[in-house]
Amino acid sequence: MDFSDLPDDELWLQMQDDLYDGMKEEVAAETNEALKRGYGPTEVLEKGLVAGMDVVGVDFRDGVLFVPEVLMAANSMKAGMEILRPLLTETGAPRVGKVVIGTVKGDIHDIGKNLVAMMLEGAGFEVINLGVNVDADKFLAAIKEHKPDIIGMSALLTTTMPYMKVVNQMLIDERMREEVYVMVGGAPVSETFAMAVGADAYGRDAATSVDIAKAYMDNVRKQDKIDKAAAVNQ
Amino acid sequence: MTNRFLALLAKSREDNSPIMVDGGMGTMLFAAGLMFGDPPEMWNALPDKQDKVRAVYRGYLEAGSQIILTNTFGGTPFRLKMHNLQDRTYELNKLGVELARDEAAKFGPERVVAGSIGPSGELFEPMGKLTYESAVDGFARQAEGIAAGGADVFWVETMSDLMEVQAAVAGARKAAPHLPIVATMTFDTKGFTMMGVSPTQAVNELAKLDLAAIGANCGNGPDELEATIYAMHQVDPNVVLVAKGNAGMPTLVDGRAVYNATPEHMLEHARRFRAFGATIIGACCGSSPAHIKAMTTALRTMPPLDPSTLQLTAPLAERKSMSEDKRARRERRG
Ligand code: B1M
Repeated sequence: MDFSDLPDDELWLQMQDDLYDGMKEEVAAETNEALKRGYGPTEVLEKGLVAGMDVVGVDFRDGVLFVPEVLMAANSMKAGMEILRPLLTETGAPRVGKVVIGTVKGDIHDIGKNLVAMMLEGAGFEVINLGVNVDADKFLAAIKEHKPDIIGMSALLTTTMPYMKVVNQMLIDERMREEVYVMVGGAPVSETFAMAVGADAYGRDAATSVDIAKAYMDNVRKQDKIDKAAAVNQ
Repeated sequence: MTNRFLALLAKSREDNSPIMVDGGMGTMLFAAGLMFGDPPEMWNALPDKQDKVRAVYRGYLEAGSQIILTNTFGGTPFRLKMHNLQDRTYELNKLGVELARDEAAKFGPERVVAGSIGPSGELFEPMGKLTYESAVDGFARQAEGIAAGGADVFWVETMSDLMEVQAAVAGARKAAPHLPIVATMTFDTKGFTMMGVSPTQAVNELAKLDLAAIGANCGNGPDELEATIYAMHQVDPNVVLVAKGNAGMPTLVDGRAVYNATPEHMLEHARRFRAFGATIIGACCGSSPAHIKAMTTALRTMPPLDPSTLQLTAPLAERKSMSEDKRARRERRG
């Protein structure tokens, strides 16, 4: 598998195409090729993997692609991501923040949640992915163990969405709600619903979720500075 | 003794009458206090909940259902494992069928008990981890319990993957080769199943499995289901079709899913399903005995509709092709 003869802009297109077609090995090879040409991991992620996944998303919505194709594409993205992950960590920049994410109890849909997790990692977050069918106790244990800044909950079923409220309530009961920023997402979830279950934010899609998470961390840092300054002044 | 379900089919063929099946189970149990995320099958074994399961069965039997489906939809070991109940697969399925059998018997000897088998919730390799062999084994374990409980027919439903239907049918045959099998799929993604199976393809592929009836259930409400049934009937007008759709679409009201189709809506649709080619008619999520009662009365007392005067209100499933731009790039790659 040699992509060295492709000009850069063709390489990106090829990478997007191969991701679309679920060709894992090709996507991995192209990821390496792009890195070899001196592109940084963030750029490879954006121009290759994320751009490819965007097309998949549109064609899935329009009924051109179905679940098998989407899953194969997601697996290819994962193959590329595995190469990029260590490099993204290596760039030396301090971790932006820590996220614990999972699909709530009774729900086994994880394609969207995993995309969000990958994009958060791409943006420099440390992500602890709890998987699917995660109950309140498991969220709680993970929060105690990892001390995340943010917890993300995903639900795709009208029957499992209300469970987000259960988790939120447990955080309140355990007096931990103040310590984490709660984000929720999933196709049937809405801004209104997110507020109704007591979440801090609604993640419409992966990109928006990353923006919201980053904005929150920026605020935390600003607040930290203010607090520190206040402490010094006292 | 002849099989109750086959006897019902034979009678329907003889006098050209539709057969009434039941409505939703899950949404009825939620209304009865089942918590979201908890396994409905557990109620088959809880002394203080068994009456609630029985009440749902009875409600549908009273409403006119000639066939009731058992509270075993999520009874595969794969699904039960989510609740650490996989070791009780046989027991929970058997109990669910026994309760149904007991209630059905109160309405005479002819009512049919159909053992519901829902999807595993897992995906086959290479998309997921499930292998065909392990799927067959899992379905067989559930089917053993269903057969032991005294079901008349296996009812494989809400499937989106053809291979999973094959595995469920193979598992059921392994457990009880003598019982007839019905299989229905859910066409909820632009007229296709989630995995991209069209109604036409489903009829062609399921024809190879020697099933007593096939069809569609759940999905996006009655309009889309009509289009699905119509398409299936076009492929083979002789195949016995099941139409068992949701009572409209859910909206969330105070944290609960509320479905928007009333018994009056469903009554009209029942006549249309029949006209478009369905023989076995009922409903799915969001429906109640009131819906089934209205549908039964309509089918038994109102004159049949003439299909040539009817129009489909939802589009037929149509395979979209990739954008031109995309195709050009593929060709470039060769
Ligand atoms: C910070 O936190 C955050 C932030 C943002 C977050 C976030 C968390 N989570 C998501 N986001 C957001 O960002 C993501 C990226 O942009 C987005 O994620 P999404 O998940 O929305 O989008 C993904 C990228 C792509 N979307 C998806 O992956 C979901 C696609 C559809 C087709 C779907 C799939 C794939 C599956 N399913 Co299921 N499935 C359907 C879906 C129908 C559809 N066309 O949407 C839906 C959700 N399923 C449904 C059903 C009913 C079911 N499914 C079931 C099973 C399955 C499969 C196993 C076959 C498979 C899941 C495979 C897997 N590993 O995930 C069953 C449930 C099992 C269970 N207990 O969970 C079953 C119950 C079927 C059955 N009767 O057995 C329907 C739900 C109806 C409802 N409203 O309740 C459904 C809408 C299909 C339908 N039209 O009827 C955003 O929402």
